[in-house]
Amino acid sequence: MSTEEHRQHVIASSVYVVIWATLMVLTAITVFASFIELGELNIVLALTIATIKATLVVLFFMHLFYSSKLTKVTVIAAIFFLFLLLALSMTDYLTRSWATYPAH
Amino acid sequence: MATAVQATVERENYLNHDYSLKSWLLTRDHKRIAILYLISITAMFFVGGFFAMLIRLELLTPAGDLVSSDTYNKLFTMHGIVMVFFFLIPSVPAVIGNFVIPLMVGARDLAFPRINLLSWYLYMIGATFALVSMIWGGVDTGWTFYTPFSSSYSNTHVVGSALGIFITGFSSIFTGLNFIVTIHRMRAPGLTWSRLPLFCWSNYAASLIMVLGTPVIAITLLLVALERLFHIGVFNPALGGDPILFQHLFWFYSHPAVYIMILPGMGVISEVVTCFSRKRVFGYEFVALASIAIAVLGFLVWAHHMFVAGISVYAALVFSLLSYLVAIPSAVKVFNWTATLYKGSVRYDTPMLYAFGFIGLFTIGGLTGVFLASLGIDVHVTDTYFVVAHFHYVMVGGMVLAYLAGLHFWWPKMTGKLYPEGWAKLSALLVFVGFNLTFFPQFIVGYLGMPRRYHAYPPEFQVLNVLSTAGASVLAVGYVLPMIYFMWSLRYGEDAGPNPWHAVGLEWMTPSPPPTHNFDETPVVTWEAYDYEHQAEIDEEVAVGH
Amino acid sequence: MATSDIEIAEHNLQHHFADMDQQRETSTFGMWLFLVTEIMFFGGLFCAYLVYRATYYRAFVEGSQTMNIWLGATNTAALICSSLTMALGVRCAQTDNRKLMTILLIVTMLFGLVFLGIKAIEYHEHWTHHQFPGPNFSFPEAEANGVNPQNVQIYFSLYWAMTGLHALHMIIGVGLVLWITIAGARGLYSADYYAPVENVGLYWHFVDLVWIYLFPLLYLISKKHSG
Repeated sequence: MSTEEHRQHVIASSVYVVIWATLMVLTAITVFASFIELGELNIVLALTIATIKATLVVLFFMHLFYSSKLTKVTVIAAIFFLFLLLALSMTDYLTRSWATYPAH
Repeated sequence: MATAVQATVERENYLNHDYSLKSWLLTRDHKRIAILYLISITAMFFVGGFFAMLIRLELLTPAGDLVSSDTYNKLFTMHGIVMVFFFLIPSVPAVIGNFVIPLMVGARDLAFPRINLLSWYLYMIGATFALVSMIWGGVDTGWTFYTPFSSSYSNTHVVGSALGIFITGFSSIFTGLNFIVTIHRMRAPGLTWSRLPLFCWSNYAASLIMVLGTPVIAITLLLVALERLFHIGVFNPALGGDPILFQHLFWFYSHPAVYIMILPGMGVISEVVTCFSRKRVFGYEFVALASIAIAVLGFLVWAHHMFVAGISVYAALVFSLLSYLVAIPSAVKVFNWTATLYKGSVRYDTPMLYAFGFIGLFTIGGLTGVFLASLGIDVHVTDTYFVVAHFHYVMVGGMVLAYLAGLHFWWPKMTGKLYPEGWAKLSALLVFVGFNLTFFPQFIVGYLGMPRRYHAYPPEFQVLNVLSTAGASVLAVGYVLPMIYFMWSLRYGEDAGPNPWHAVGLEWMTPSPPPTHNFDETPVVTWEAYDYEHQAEIDEEVAVGH
Repeated sequence: MATSDIEIAEHNLQHHFADMDQQRETSTFGMWLFLVTEIMFFGGLFCAYLVYRATYYRAFVEGSQTMNIWLGATNTAALICSSLTMALGVRCAQTDNRKLMTILLIVTMLFGLVFLGIKAIEYHEHWTHHQFPGPNFSFPEAEANGVNPQNVQIYFSLYWAMTGLHALHMIIGVGLVLWITIAGARGLYSADYYAPVENVGLYWHFVDLVWIYLFPLLYLISKKHSG
């Protein structure tokens, strides 16, 4: 069936342009923030900005905002399982120094 | 009578509508692809079995006198690689799942038929890489490819074997992707999730693992290959790398992989137990959700393969606790199958015999897995034959028996022929007896301390090893017999008819063998899964619909 | 006579689907699932990166000094622009604007080629300075800064592996965009059948996404910059 009502939601071009501009600004912020000494915060800030950019790309350029619940769950599942790989592996690396074994 | 037989022979079905080789090699029909897989996987099973035979022959005597230790390393490595990646992982999904899932959901094919064909070609290309590596001299790292031996020091064909597994991994990924999309999007009208056969639920859960886990082993093996080719040092401690990182990445997939193997087998058992008890599965929702739980929890436990590798003891505690949890949904399934039998009208046809074998042997294998989850016991039995026995109980006593159950159950549907029941029952008995004789002694000898992957052992272990090899010989006969009588049935077997088991399910409402397009009209489902109580009404409704 | 939207749609309806809606939803879901596998595929490399950055932080800082931030930032900008033109191109497919779609897809490919060109320049730089893992690896600055050169080599192993895999995906992406550009220019798509354009778009945006993370992780590790 190919009638008007079955057609996908068409997003206005202006929305895409606004998202693009936001991404460019965030990129500039990331670069200039990396010149400022913030210690531990540098990486937190960089990854936070990267995640905001990624979210914008996924929601709007990839239309996830307008997609079905199934698609949204699928994307969240992927992120969750990647997080599991990283987090559970780190439980090993971060806690190795906690146990010190006495020399025999 | 003669006219009926003639009509069966003449009716168009997926097998007879075109006999050319090209029509088989370029098919998009999920049923033909399943048959292509059946042939390839059976061949690989016997290759893996050949290596097993050499291992068991070597272990007849305590001395390492049949082959050198280097050769022995290659034998158990190649046995593992072939059996895990080229037999167990694809078996039920690629052969039975491909054939039956579209029929079960009332569809004309899987969501992506061309990708399905691509899956088979990727499997064949991967298998070719692996076989060529084996013929050219083999690989000796263990199927687990632990670094830095595999990445730096082994001088065998690691890259070729790793590439073969890498390519076959994508075969698995595409099969899983196809199943997930098909089950979500192509169910017939009226077929809600709560009416879906449990075989679909199980394959769906396994497909989730295929899609989420396989890419990780793919990138890991790629890194091993890069390390061998370019000496990059990511896993080599001499260059600052961490071999345990390899193990984390490897087992992140390879543990859930065992659930890729067992879940579809459990799906078969659900179908067989319900049909041969003529009763709905006890606690359908629990069995369905248990499949999903196994898939999810299965991703949380991988480091229980690494308890003695040098990981943090705190991480080990976390993984030990999580490993106990994953046993629970499997136990739920075993209870529910058993409860399904209670007050059922039980028939002892061959598929059901294999199902009984599965329930018992999987329980033993699963319980010994719980022993291994305990840190204290694991430290004692790691790298002994106890572990070998554990995983063979679940993979052979469980998975292979389930595969055989499924083959026997759906053989009439796939081929339109019945196999000879007497010979089938004999084979099932030989498999059961042979299997237990092979692997039960391994629990004992492993607990007593015999290490795995060694071709020489202390003389006090010889009796148990001889028993094990004797069992393997019986098991081999049990495997060969079905090859023979299945082939025999193609020519001389009795015609099966659409529903020889009088089962409830969409796949039994189409002729055997099915026509290429599966259903003349898209079925509309109005009944619950396994509704044996109302089978007469369902049959009538479907007949009227046609 | 130009074929109507409906005729194009019906021509492309595969036999096992009930209607175009089902086919479109199915194919897009399939592409998303494929991207899930790609997330896990790259994810393994990100895991390795995480572990080694935590263990050899100072060596990672030294390694990242050799990265040219401005080239990296330009590449990031190029990919973001390419995502814009790709998204607008998909929109043109949705609104039957064939000519503009072709132009936008060509511009997308050009941005992609700019990215690959700059990457090639960067790779050449690193190669000529022996910053490629293996027996010829050399990193004289390491000792001066009190860092083990072997650990810097691990940084570079991950740099080459991650950006190399990403570049491979870009090359495939450019190929895919070329395919739909040609097919689109020949009028094979319509407002009722543009799933291939949408799905290639999804793949393209995903490749952009990976770079959005690679850039800060590989280029912007520390305030100390000499590139």
